[in-house]
Amino acid sequence: MASTGKETANGQSAKAMGPGTTPITAPSAAKAASWESYYSSVKNFKLKTKQQELLIRIAVLVLIYILAFACRLFSVLRYESVIHEFDPYFNYRTTLYLTQKGFYEFWNWFDYESWYPLGRIVGGTLYPGLMVTAAILYWVLRFLSLAVHIKDVCVLTAPFFASNTAMVAYFFGTELRDRGTGLVAAILLAICPGYISRSVAGSYDNEAVAIFALLLTFYLFVKAVNTGSLAWSLGAAFGYFYMVSAWGGYIFIINLLPIYVLVLLVTGRYSLRLYIAYSSVYIIGMLLAMQIRFVGYQHVQSGEHMAAMGVFFLMQVFYLVEYVKKQLGDPKLFKAFLRVTVTLAVGVGALALIVGLATGYISPWTGRFYSLLDPTYAKIHIPIIASVSEHQPTAWSSFMFDFHILSILFPAGLYFCFKNLTDGTIFIIIYGLTSLYFAGVMVRLILVATPAVCLISAIAISATLKNLSVLLREKAPVYTSTKITAKQKASAKTGADQPLPFQKEGAFLLLLGALYMLINFGFHCTWVTSEAYSSPSIVLAARQSNGERVIFDDFREAYFWLQHNTPPDAKVMSWWDYGYQITAMGNRTVIVDNNTWNNTHIATVGRAMASNEDDAYDIMRQLDVDYVLVVFGGVTGYSSDDINKYGNWNLVILLEPCCVTPIV
Amino acid sequence: RIHRHHIVGTAFIMAASAKDARDLVTAMRSAYAKTPTRLKIIDMYVIYGLVTAVIQVVYMAMVGTFPFNAFLSGVLSCVGTSVLGVCLRMQVNPANKEFTDLPPERAFADFVLCNLVLHLVIMNFLG
Repeated sequence: MASTGKETANGQSAKAMGPGTTPITAPSAAKAASWESYYSSVKNFKLKTKQQELLIRIAVLVLIYILAFACRLFSVLRYESVIHEFDPYFNYRTTLYLTQKGFYEFWNWFDYESWYPLGRIVGGTLYPGLMVTAAILYWVLRFLSLAVHIKDVCVLTAPFFASNTAMVAYFFGTELRDRGTGLVAAILLAICPGYISRSVAGSYDNEAVAIFALLLTFYLFVKAVNTGSLAWSLGAAFGYFYMVSAWGGYIFIINLLPIYVLVLLVTGRYSLRLYIAYSSVYIIGMLLAMQIRFVGYQHVQSGEHMAAMGVFFLMQVFYLVEYVKKQLGDPKLFKAFLRVTVTLAVGVGALALIVGLATGYISPWTGRFYSLLDPTYAKIHIPIIASVSEHQPTAWSSFMFDFHILSILFPAGLYFCFKNLTDGTIFIIIYGLTSLYFAGVMVRLILVATPAVCLISAIAISATLKNLSVLLREKAPVYTSTKITAKQKASAKTGADQPLPFQKEGAFLLLLGALYMLINFGFHCTWVTSEAYSSPSIVLAARQSNGERVIFDDFREAYFWLQHNTPPDAKVMSWWDYGYQITAMGNRTVIVDNNTWNNTHIATVGRAMASNEDDAYDIMRQLDVDYVLVVFGGVTGYSSDDINKYGNWNLVILLEPCCVTPIV
Repeated sequence: RIHRHHIVGTAFIMAASAKDARDLVTAMRSAYAKTPTRLKIIDMYVIYGLVTAVIQVVYMAMVGTFPFNAFLSGVLSCVGTSVLGVCLRMQVNPANKEFTDLPPERAFADFVLCNLVLHLVIMNFLG
């Protein structure tokens, strides 16, 4: 019913009409007609298949993005938005300094509040990628007038980059096989516990952005090898630069790429695209990496980076020889040339390497990475590396815990990769196998293996689901006599399998089985995230006998006590585990902290902790100590306190022959 | 007797390989003469870059490595432009089947972009 003031579809106002007259029905009828036509067009609105597929894909990706972010927020919801563990507090402190003082001050910062009396050249001994990333996010948000605190930006950096990593996994999976694989890879990587362990909200550590940079570099490199374009190679070089700025694990990239190139050269799958990709990525990537002060000249002086340089020179020789072969028509002439060149090149290369190693110009593999090749090395020679709990060899239960069904799907994925080998699948095979080997050596490196395991398992899942769905959608074959003979002939020739009886039902059952497995995986991942990887180590929770939850905030109370009740220039001695937290929250000078760059200093502190009171007092007077911080877990049953560490590692680190300091 | 056999044998091998080398050189020369002028220009550019790099290394051997970052940036800029020149040559060469659908303008634009990034980094690294 038209009322006064309401306009009809014709634009005529109802006020002009008298009530109950026939002209009223005309505009309302016209309005109803227009509504009907609109409704019918909506009903008949049908997307084309391509558009449907695009809509589904985008919807799935958006949901994956949100899921990857949301499932990492357990500790924020349970406790508060607080930074976890120990190392992230140093990163938070440096990010705070960066946002307050600016990039120039940050890059040239000498910190006199840690490692008293030595101090620490922070600008030259850290990987700035994480801090710069968080600072940029903070400045962007501030520019958009969102008044966020830098602490919240730091806490939520890791989940944000985890979502981005899932997106990169989608593109990588698409590059390796097809879009279905990409989607499965994205969802696997979004919830896989191996990755969640180091990227929960609050875990503000280098790995948060480093895994994103790692996967991005690998994706861009594979894209460069597949397309042979210099633009993608430049992208890969920038990805490598981001990785070098973010984490010491870039060594993995700079050694994996030469191995991949060597495998391709040896198996005869080389092409001009490989040369373009590797050479440009190596040169530009190396130059960019040398801009980070902490890395410095290592790309030309360190033994760990020599594989890349060796393969670079090998590649130049190899492709030069190929070029000559193509120019010359005559194989005999070419053989002679080949002999001369190869012996000359190998000789010169070997000579240069031997001279470099002998004169000590090329430093040998450092202990940190040598212990990956020889797992027993650290225990004998560098106990401080062996003492870190994350550096222990991996038990099989950790693989099951962190990967669940992916550990079974990994070999299946390898089978599918080998079945149709391309440059991309060879890369992911090499990445998967090498990273799994290193994951077996050190628990911490399960994180590096996770993207490879997710991608290869995604290939397995996607290929299986695809095959099963194809079987389900097959129309029942209509048999005529001619068709049977043709089919028999064809199957006799190619050995193709006949359609099995109950094929459709079998495929349906298998699909249900796959669904069951994947649902279980989802439950497992959520349970693991909730139970194991969401504790902020700085706040502990326990259940009393009457079921009430009790929160222990002792760490933070102690640090804030230090901040409020001690003079600003007080020096605090503690075991190095707590150094970062004391400087970040207590804002006092510490003697040793988690950077562990000076083993002698740490051994001195350990000696002070292990001696009787009189000797300890002398050592502490020497170090100018005002306060001692000791963690004692006897009252609450906290099991990893200083007494526990004293029993295991302090003495071992102390008794290294190089670290016994004479007390005058 | 053994001596004479030995000497005659090596002389024969050397003569054979000398002849081989001469044949090789003439064959390479005639094959190279057929390459288009465009590619020859790129080759000149690459060789120029490499020669400059060698000169810098020899200079470093004479006067020492300080400041190392300047030496590295000089050598790597020469090596880098040579490598990028070789990449451009590969992409522009009409004889390469892989790059037939890549327009040479795109290849050159990529080349220029990579060189730009390379030299910006070099300028930052020179110190």
